Amino acid sequence: MLHIPILRHGREYRSIDTAPAVHFLTREPMAEVSQANFGLIRRDLRKQEEARQALTGFSTRELIAMCARAGEFFLNETLPLGEAGQSPQDYVEQTSATTGMPWVLIRRNMAKVHAMFTSMETVLAGLTRGLSLEVLDRGYSMEGSPVSFFPRGNSLGVVLPSNSPAVHSLWIPSVALKTPLVLKPGSAEPWTPMRIIQAFLKAGAPPEAFCYYPADHGGANEILRSTGRGMLFGDVGAVKNWATDPRIELHGPGYSKVVIGDDCIDDWEKYIDIIARSIADNGGRSCINASGVWVTRHGDAIAEALAERLAVIRPRAADDPEAGIAPFANPEVGRRISGMVDAGLAEAGAREVSAKHRAGRCVEWEGCTYVLPTIVRCDSPEHPLANKEYLFPFASVLEVEEREIPEVLGPTLVVTAITRNPALINRLLASPHVGRLNIGAVPTNVISWDQPHEGNLFDHLYARRAFQMVEEPALTGALK
Amino acid sequence: MATALSISPELEPRMAAARERLDAWTREMIEWHFSPETGAPFWLDYAAKLGWDPRKEVHNYQDLDKLGFFQDEWLRGGPVERWIPRGLAGKPIYVFETGGSTGVPKSRISSEDFRIDYEHFSTTLPDDGFPKGADWVHVGPSGPRRLRLAVEHLAQHRGGTCFSVDLDPRWVIKLIKRGAMAEVEAYKRHVIDQALTILKAHDSVKCMFTTPKLLEALCERISLRKAGIQGIFCGGTEMTPQWVRFAHEELLEGVAFAPTYGNTLMGLAVSRPVRAEDDWAIVYYPPSPRAMVEVVDPANPSQVVGYGETGRVRLTTLTREFFMPRFLERDEAERDVPYEKYPWDGVRNVRPFQKLDKSVVEGVY
Repeated sequence: MLHIPILRHGREYRSIDTAPAVHFLTREPMAEVSQANFGLIRRDLRKQEEARQALTGFSTRELIAMCARAGEFFLNETLPLGEAGQSPQDYVEQTSATTGMPWVLIRRNMAKVHAMFTSMETVLAGLTRGLSLEVLDRGYSMEGSPVSFFPRGNSLGVVLPSNSPAVHSLWIPSVALKTPLVLKPGSAEPWTPMRIIQAFLKAGAPPEAFCYYPADHGGANEILRSTGRGMLFGDVGAVKNWATDPRIELHGPGYSKVVIGDDCIDDWEKYIDIIARSIADNGGRSCINASGVWVTRHGDAIAEALAERLAVIRPRAADDPEAGIAPFANPEVGRRISGMVDAGLAEAGAREVSAKHRAGRCVEWEGCTYVLPTIVRCDSPEHPLANKEYLFPFASVLEVEEREIPEVLGPTLVVTAITRNPALINRLLASPHVGRLNIGAVPTNVISWDQPHEGNLFDHLYARRAFQMVEEPALTGALK
Repeated sequence: MATALSISPELEPRMAAARERLDAWTREMIEWHFSPETGAPFWLDYAAKLGWDPRKEVHNYQDLDKLGFFQDEWLRGGPVERWIPRGLAGKPIYVFETGGSTGVPKSRISSEDFRIDYEHFSTTLPDDGFPKGADWVHVGPSGPRRLRLAVEHLAQHRGGTCFSVDLDPRWVIKLIKRGAMAEVEAYKRHVIDQALTILKAHDSVKCMFTTPKLLEALCERISLRKAGIQGIFCGGTEMTPQWVRFAHEELLEGVAFAPTYGNTLMGLAVSRPVRAEDDWAIVYYPPSPRAMVEVVDPANPSQVVGYGETGRVRLTTLTREFFMPRFLERDEAERDVPYEKYPWDGVRNVRPFQKLDKSVVEGVY
């Protein structure tokens, strides 16, 4: 059987403890994944300084070029995995097999990861707000006002999800930012982080900069504790344990929303495609998918139109290019999530508008369990379903007073605000609860690479210090 | 695996002899614990309720099944005097408690057992790794547990003295339950700091008892070899084959390693040599006939599973101080074959029992 090893600063290690990555449908093991014990992780992470040194030997320009090469390898090449290697098609099929995601969606995700690799200069410009790259090489720049930045930690520990491959593009810039990676893959998706690492290695990145530790919760927590900076993807329960630790950037539910102001609401039909895409693209699995549509009027009509539009999304084969929704890798999870929607609907003040457009929400097809796109019309923001996010295309449609926006929205990762009203725009701009703001008809899930998403990785990894220098030294090396 | 689980014909007579010794010892213990002159009030009351006399019905180890399963609830709460055999009247009595990771801790009485058990354990330790006359340091749980006294006696029995650093596992469990991992780290560091101070101040310390997690933590700070440690006696929590491999390859630097399985209730089971060729499996053998560790069918715990099969761990303790027949432990394992040095069944790769509803938080101890 295919074996996925641990990578200890790039060195492969086969553990006695393994866990199977199983086919979502047949439950047959697709690979055995070596599991890292707590002490092994902890012992390795004593060498973070050396790992960082390996990356700082490269200039940022060299690392950007390396990223571009790695992106091509990620998208197009057969990369090391097992005895035969992993072709791009192997990767698509393996990821689909363990997550249930259709091939077409995985290929779109691959394209997003590729874009992150190959747009690295633009991405760094966005993350650093146009800072001269020499700052990363020398630690300071005397162009204009002197600036100096220092790394907040020796590596970035990331506890990864299994929901969608494109999410991995968030941590890829860490390498160009000269920060080694310590990754804990999701149990159902060991493939993408390993493929990204292999692409980097083939592109000439130093092996010491990559640790890959499939592990249990204890191992994941140790990674977050032992690395200088961390990133955690998880549900509400997982992220709450780290809510007070500023070293850890949390990626929990997004509660992303489309908002239409009073000035544009009578033209709502013009925006229905944008809203539907925001809800359902990528199978509705991302935190940047909209789970709420908050409008000032026409709530019933908008809900009806969305329900009708999304009802065309139905289960299809994994290799069907029209596939738009993924089955649940664990059928019980799908049934439980659908049950949670039922429990919410049992409370007065909400109705499932999608119900009449399809025969059932949680359905079996070809032995797989799907939860079909669901639009719920809620009467008030207090309703239990008004501000919920699930791992399938789900959105609540609410009518609120424009003056209540944005306070009424609550913490929201992405807001697409369809309005030209300066007062509303100003309130949104001033809101601390809005992580990413699109003004105008931009789907919530469309990302511009020069706009840092959900926390700024550069700010997370580097801090600025006050800096003065009377005379610049003749010889300055790379930032060590 | 098939080879590992085969029993050599030469071993069979020794297995039979060991079984005879176990049966004879069982009869002796039944006589002791159910005789009105020597038995403890608990077992005399128990026999009265049975309506039959165990001394007449229990003729061998197998017959202990007739007494039913020992319930751990019996050991939670008092009075502990009901467990003191009348035959030990007037002797100084200790009360020892188990870890207390779930609810009220179980307690048992003891007078000499911890000394006898550890003197027996001493015969299994190699002198080159655990030199006679060397001093020891115990880094692990003490307080209400017998471990500290037992390790101290072990050191004394081997001609040395024993330093001790305490770790309170109940506090660690509380910290873990409330997610205070920084405090767990700080506490662990505090414990290791004390151990390092002792090692620096006393060159005579060459042997150590510690737990797997504390051994990891210690090896983050020092080289065992450079610190003069020659032997590690390890126990207290689960050791997986991967952990044992990691310890051998990356922590121990060739220092002698004696992994053990056991608790306050049954004493110590020792490991046969751990080898890479056996996938670093760790197989424990109980101190028969004073205690037995068996692997039974969880659905029918009177039935021992076949060799190589997985089941729940069942303990039986047979000493003059403590009688504990058929106690179902919170662990599971595979049944393994007898071994030259220990011609009775072993238990392979003990780990927490998967089917127990109540989750057990294991700490750094």
